[in-house]
Amino acid sequence: MGIAYEKVQAARMKGRPTSLSYIQQIFTDFIELHGDRRFADDPAVAGGIAWLRGAPVTVIGIEKGASTKEHIRRNFGAPSPEGYRKALRLMKQAEKFQRPVICFVDTAGAHCGVGAEERGQGLAIAENLMEMMTLRTPILSVFIGEGGSGGALALAVADRVLMLENAVYSVISPEGCASILWKDPKKVREAADCLNMTADDMRRLGIADSIVTETGRDLPAIAQELELALSRELECLCALPVSLLLEQRYARFRGFGRLE
Amino acid sequence: MQLFGLFKTPQNELEKGGRSPAAQTDIPLTPTKRCPACGAYIPVSQLWENLGVCSCGHHFRPNARQRIHWLTDPASFSEHDPDLESRDLLDFPGYPKKLKNAFLACREKEAVITGTASIGGHPCALFVMEPGFMMGSMGTVVGEKITRLFEFALEKQLPVVGFTVSGGARMQEGTLSLMQMAKVSGAVKRHSDAGLLYITVLTDPTTGGVTASFAMEGDILLAEPGAMIGFAGARVIEQTTNKKLPDGFQRAEFLLEHGFVDLIVPRTRQRETLSLLLDAHERPVK
Repeated sequence: MGIAYEKVQAARMKGRPTSLSYIQQIFTDFIELHGDRRFADDPAVAGGIAWLRGAPVTVIGIEKGASTKEHIRRNFGAPSPEGYRKALRLMKQAEKFQRPVICFVDTAGAHCGVGAEERGQGLAIAENLMEMMTLRTPILSVFIGEGGSGGALALAVADRVLMLENAVYSVISPEGCASILWKDPKKVREAADCLNMTADDMRRLGIADSIVTETGRDLPAIAQELELALSRELECLCALPVSLLLEQRYARFRGFGRLE
Repeated sequence: MQLFGLFKTPQNELEKGGRSPAAQTDIPLTPTKRCPACGAYIPVSQLWENLGVCSCGHHFRPNARQRIHWLTDPASFSEHDPDLESRDLLDFPGYPKKLKNAFLACREKEAVITGTASIGGHPCALFVMEPGFMMGSMGTVVGEKITRLFEFALEKQLPVVGFTVSGGARMQEGTLSLMQMAKVSGAVKRHSDAGLLYITVLTDPTTGGVTASFAMEGDILLAEPGAMIGFAGARVIEQTTNKKLPDGFQRAEFLLEHGFVDLIVPRTRQRETLSLLLDAHERPVK
């Protein structure tokens, strides 16, 4: 009991490397591209073009920011609709130029606010889910910290999902679950256990494909393994004809909760 | 004769045998429902005759069967997968009991009913969510039934009409519930890419993971007047932002004003509107 909540705490830990730190470590020559071309540029999502072992890829990450000032500027990694729309714009660009897409997920959830609702938070996520399902280029998602509900899934309709050892993925936060189910926000540990939200749980349920060890490793070491894992996965996926790639992506999600 | 309590002194009017209801003429004898919007007492029979709409315009929340009855041509509805039931996939405490209670509350096995029907003579695939079953929450069976419906509709080249009412993803099935958002979206996309029509009717309330997936993925989005439609719950937003929410926030009218639904259609006009829209997209039989 309680192991799941320790993971949640680790995933939220101050000072934990954010998406941009992994992007800087893994790729070379990252060129950030801004804006959704509809409304604004959402600093909670960073994306652009970078090189992985000499080949251009599109990278997109939900970014919490490294300092207090950055946390605030980036809304603690809670994307607004324009963040998801920027991500989709970059994915469409990747599709056009036949670059693979690599997403880094680290969010407590999509932003909750009046403006986000006014600009269609639900629609923005829904559009990403639909479009990613048939995006004609490989998509990889890496969970590096928190994976909060629909706000995380909107960057995780992927051909392969990798998770760091202490990353979590959940339909609702343990706090939210405890207060809704037991009207007792103190029961977060029980809630975290019940929700099956750890990387091991995700692997068992088939939601994540592989787990990257963090214990005893520093950022460069983790990044190095990620680089290896990402390039290996891309090598396999890029070899597939697009029709087969999409068929497999559909089957992957079609299989969750398939009943006979 | 009922012997239990025979020698007990009556404690109140009811136990003495009650007062004759005829003595109080101001209370109607027929069962009524109070409208939460205007306060009027409406005889239940009259209310359902008017499709659960009060004369002030307030829309009461009907169950899924009732909607199907109102909407579809007589005897045209044929149900799919009526026996699919949720299982407690993650050993979530209290979930089996919740499922049982949900069944007892609404006599449905899951939070969505799917099938085929015709509306004004136009055939379609139809899904209607059931508010009585855990507030229409989406778990693996809801995802599976709707996915199957879209796959069926793709195969048969049918349009899909869907009525949404949901509190969002079902937390008792954890991340597997979340995956249903992607699963259904994939099926909607394939159906859409084949040039087929999908109309959603958003009813009160449509929130969370359902809003962030198939509720918003229709080609045409209709909404019932006054329906609460949003991603995040209003209470959560108020708590996190510490600001009072604007009047009418997340209501259908608010979404219309911000450009996120096509049209608000009162329940009494839905059959006619859907029939016209289906007609406009009807394909010649190949």
